[in-house]
Amino acid sequence: MILAKQWPTKNNIYERVLLEAGKETTDLVVIDADLARASQTKLFMEKFPSRYFDVGIAEQNMTGIAAGFALSGRPVIISTFAVFLSKRACDQVSVSIAYTELNVKLLGIEAGLSSGRNGATHQAVEDIAIMRSMPNMVVMAPLDVVEIRAAVKAAIAHQGPVYMRMRRGETPVIFDDDYDFRWGKGVMMREGADVTIVSTGIMTEEALLAADMLAGQGVDASVCHLHTIKPLDEALIVECAQKTGALVTAENHSILGGLGSAVAEVLCEKCPAPMTRIGIRDLFGETGSPEYLFKKYRLTPQDIAEGAMAVINRKTSLR
Amino acid sequence: MDKIQIDKLKSIARQVRVDIVKLIAAGGSGHPGGSLSAADILTALYFHTMRIDPQRPDWEDRDRFVLSKGHAAPALYAVLAERGYFPISWLWTFSGDGSRLQKHPDMKLVPGVEISTGALGIGLSVGIGIALDGRLRGKDFNVYAMIGDGESNEGQIWEAAMCGAHLKVGNLTAFLDYNGLQVDGTVDQIMSLSPLSDKWRAFGWHVLETDGHDIAQILSAISEARSVNDRPSIIIAKTIKGKGVSFVENRVEWHAGSFTEEQTTQALKDLEEAGA
Repeated sequence: MILAKQWPTKNNIYERVLLEAGKETTDLVVIDADLARASQTKLFMEKFPSRYFDVGIAEQNMTGIAAGFALSGRPVIISTFAVFLSKRACDQVSVSIAYTELNVKLLGIEAGLSSGRNGATHQAVEDIAIMRSMPNMVVMAPLDVVEIRAAVKAAIAHQGPVYMRMRRGETPVIFDDDYDFRWGKGVMMREGADVTIVSTGIMTEEALLAADMLAGQGVDASVCHLHTIKPLDEALIVECAQKTGALVTAENHSILGGLGSAVAEVLCEKCPAPMTRIGIRDLFGETGSPEYLFKKYRLTPQDIAEGAMAVINRKTSLR
Repeated sequence: MDKIQIDKLKSIARQVRVDIVKLIAAGGSGHPGGSLSAADILTALYFHTMRIDPQRPDWEDRDRFVLSKGHAAPALYAVLAERGYFPISWLWTFSGDGSRLQKHPDMKLVPGVEISTGALGIGLSVGIGIALDGRLRGKDFNVYAMIGDGESNEGQIWEAAMCGAHLKVGNLTAFLDYNGLQVDGTVDQIMSLSPLSDKWRAFGWHVLETDGHDIAQILSAISEARSVNDRPSIIIAKTIKGKGVSFVENRVEWHAGSFTEEQTTQALKDLEEAGA
């Protein structure tokens, strides 16, 4: 299922995925808010100009227009930076798309600290929390080239609103061609007995590296990748807790309200187990390279591995 | 348009106002001011202008109406019920436990409601989306939207104003229910819109002004708006907030409220006398 390292990378994957979607779904409309190049909708615009609308820097209006299009049942993609979709247009997303359960897919680019040098105003560190709390909203964070392609396809096929947080630029190829994407189902990337790292989006790459580091220290870690945070694969989380007895969550997002919170909710109610959350610790971001920021905000494989050791110790002391 | 037809529409509008008063009284509270000011325009649209079939609320080729000022839901509910979208008896459940009729309309609960609204400023954008969708699918339906004057404080209205003209959404006609009052005071006191027509003209819309309570004028404005296809039109309708009910008319405090039994009797008496 997973390619052997080193993982190759591809650029502008989203652009090609959109193009494929435009060919397959002939009534698909794409709307952008003056970020066609950054959000990679430009190729779609060139191929399908009649189904493409750039409404300028007006995310709230974009959201309403998308709702209008979707009232006929038409699938619509709106695309801009994750931070603007989740915060600037929050009310419109809630009232015009989630409440109405319309067929709009919100693709948020540059989620978390990976946007790097644009600084705090452009870094979506609360988007999962915001979108997850909206009724009817599906929340996804795919990992690599293969999964982004599958996830966008599945999101379009799903009737109803979907929020997907995405990365920009170089994207690795981690899954092989046999990867079987399943709606709402987590993916066991690696099976181990001592601890489970539950990760989402690009953090699964860090989680796999953390598992390697842990293996070097004689710790056998599972890695459970959740491409979908809502609906959450609760059964798989419970299974992981039962098998390994300790969990670490890893997300490129605030530890408040995101993946870590979602997993904690399940564990508390269904299968209490020691856990810790790796994520942004209630802070705004800042400028810098993604490498610098991941280190500073403690999102690296090393941080995940240390979190894993800590929960394993807690598990042992409970016995 | 002959006088008999106009008189018929006037009589329907009066009945719509009676329904508004009765449903707000039944529900305990609501937004009478902005519902009563919108009654004539909604009557003109639903009983004359729009290509609709109440038996087929999902008919693909129907004209669409978006109530962006969602708190005027009593007017929309009354018109939809009188037009036959759902039983009149639903009106008396307004805002009650388990009712389909919230104070702000929900498209999933009420046949004929095109899009849920309530948070202000959002409907005009939706209207643009519906109009563009129709154009892209080669449909010839028209889209109508109603915004409020207080609602025009919202930034999204002006995003939509820019966008509608830029994308030349000629199959969209907006109404601005210019009753001059908002929640905390007059529009001029709280956030002046003046010069309102100039603003919309500057944004690139075809602007018409009309008396929002004169059915003949409303219909003639709609007909002119329909003749302009290279840009959206907005009909700025001068209205009286609370129109038809003496103690509500032009009173800021009647944006939202509840009627006592005596007030309900008085309101219905006012409307009866107006029809006599």
